[in-house]
Amino acid sequence: MPRDAVLTKEEPASRVYESEEDILARQRTKTRRRKRNIWLLRLGILAAWLGSWELTATLWIDPFFYSKPSKIWERLVEWFSIGTDFGSIWYQLWVTVEEAVIGFAIGSLAGVVLGVVLGRSAYLADVLAPFIKAVNAVPRIVLAALFVIWFGLGLTSKVATVIVLVFFAVFFNAFTGAREVDRNLIDNARILGASRLQVMGSIVLPSATSWILSSLHTAFGFALIGAVVSEYAGARAGVGFLISNAQGTFDSAGIYAGMIIMTVVALIAEWGIGWLERKLLRWRPNAGDNAASPI
Amino acid sequence: MAPPLIELAGATKRFPSGSGSVHTAVRDLDLTVGEGEFVAVVGPTGCGKSTTLSLVSGLQPASAGMVRVNGADVRSIPDGVGYMFQTDAVMPWRSVLDNVASGPRFRGVRKAEARARAADWIERVGLKGFEKYYPHQLSGGMRKRVALAQTLVTSPRILLMDEPFSALDVQTRALMQDELLRLWAGSDAAVIFVTHDLDEAIALADRVVVMTASPATVKDVFEVPLPRPRAVEELRLTEEFMGLYRQVWESLRTEVDKARERGAGNAA
Repeated sequence: MPRDAVLTKEEPASRVYESEEDILARQRTKTRRRKRNIWLLRLGILAAWLGSWELTATLWIDPFFYSKPSKIWERLVEWFSIGTDFGSIWYQLWVTVEEAVIGFAIGSLAGVVLGVVLGRSAYLADVLAPFIKAVNAVPRIVLAALFVIWFGLGLTSKVATVIVLVFFAVFFNAFTGAREVDRNLIDNARILGASRLQVMGSIVLPSATSWILSSLHTAFGFALIGAVVSEYAGARAGVGFLISNAQGTFDSAGIYAGMIIMTVVALIAEWGIGWLERKLLRWRPNAGDNAASPI
Repeated sequence: MAPPLIELAGATKRFPSGSGSVHTAVRDLDLTVGEGEFVAVVGPTGCGKSTTLSLVSGLQPASAGMVRVNGADVRSIPDGVGYMFQTDAVMPWRSVLDNVASGPRFRGVRKAEARARAADWIERVGLKGFEKYYPHQLSGGMRKRVALAQTLVTSPRILLMDEPFSALDVQTRALMQDELLRLWAGSDAAVIFVTHDLDEAIALADRVVVMTASPATVKDVFEVPLPRPRAVEELRLTEEFMGLYRQVWESLRTEVDKARERGAGNAA
């Protein structure tokens, strides 16, 4: 290349074409531009989707059946400013979230405990395997109807449905996590003087934590579904009850509005679980950018 | 006279092998290691060297023969045993400090006291300043140092080492060998060091035990009369060292060939 020749002959070889600041500045501009473009595209997709829906529902299809974004928005505004036909929307929301959270806490705790115990005892796991598989195969969502008969229209029947849904999601992950613990780590701990209980607490549980935490994302989703479906099966309050009522009065905007509220709740919960995950898995090389990042 | 720290006589270990037969890993093994003695065990790959260590550590019971530590038959993990595994066994979710402190913690030492002891050992293995790091942030050699400190903080009287440095690059390995000798010199612990590296065996040990191809038993024992303290790198170049190397290799080679033939037979 002629340029090299020129370099050695006439210019000092140590000529700097770009300084460190230049490189970093270029890098920063690049990331900033990328981030901005991603958000612009996302907004564009959202606008295109909602706009085409609004347009077709105004000109073409019957909004009575399909509703449209502006109507859904009106309904949301109405719920949050005036209230629903059955009282404050915050109260309805509180009822559903309470059911989901209580059921989620009990169900995931039970799932972790049983999963870890069975994961460490091959014998017990062999004995119980067919029962667990059978129960898991039952379409458990149907139990919601049964629980309403057993426990009535109140909190208990909803919590029961949520537990039944959450338990298995967590159980299978805790089971796998506890079973796949590195044999070496256990031997090492035993040599260092750990008792059986200490091995559980300091080796098995932390090892299984990443498995368990990743199951909590799906499990909380199930918790919300369980609460809503269970309210749908029979309740006196809650977002699921609102949706059920909207269906009964052919209010499709109301169904969408309920859906959107639950979506927002799920996203907030997802963010919270992600935060917990990052905090508990700080020791992992790629902590943070793993498992179902909510983008 | 006090009984030797480690005593194996006619020790045998058999496993059920997958195909319905029984595999003998170790057969009629005799080995005695006294206080302050450093014994290296070499042998062809897969011959059952590691099984010998798990017999002494009590992680696996012997099928026949006698295994005694401190004059008592081994039934569970005996007191005062330290074990360094071939692969990383440090807990990835604990910082360096908490990893090293875990031995004392398991044994019921208060947290502050355990951490103080751990900090002392972290300094001794040359990791001062890395107490808060997690294992994944360290290099392979540094993780080995953590494992070494984790084992030594329990002041073991018996140190079992299963190819602890085999995964390290050559320079780091030599460094760790020197480090191990330096740290061990301050104690009177008995060491059994399993390795496939003859250089390493001769440079470190007072005695080198050559094992036969599987099932493993003792073939030859060589005394290593090299003076201590030793500097591993310089030692390798001396006449004495090379003479010993030739002797031990002569003994080991036939076993390695045997193991290789059998491996080829299995593969065919």
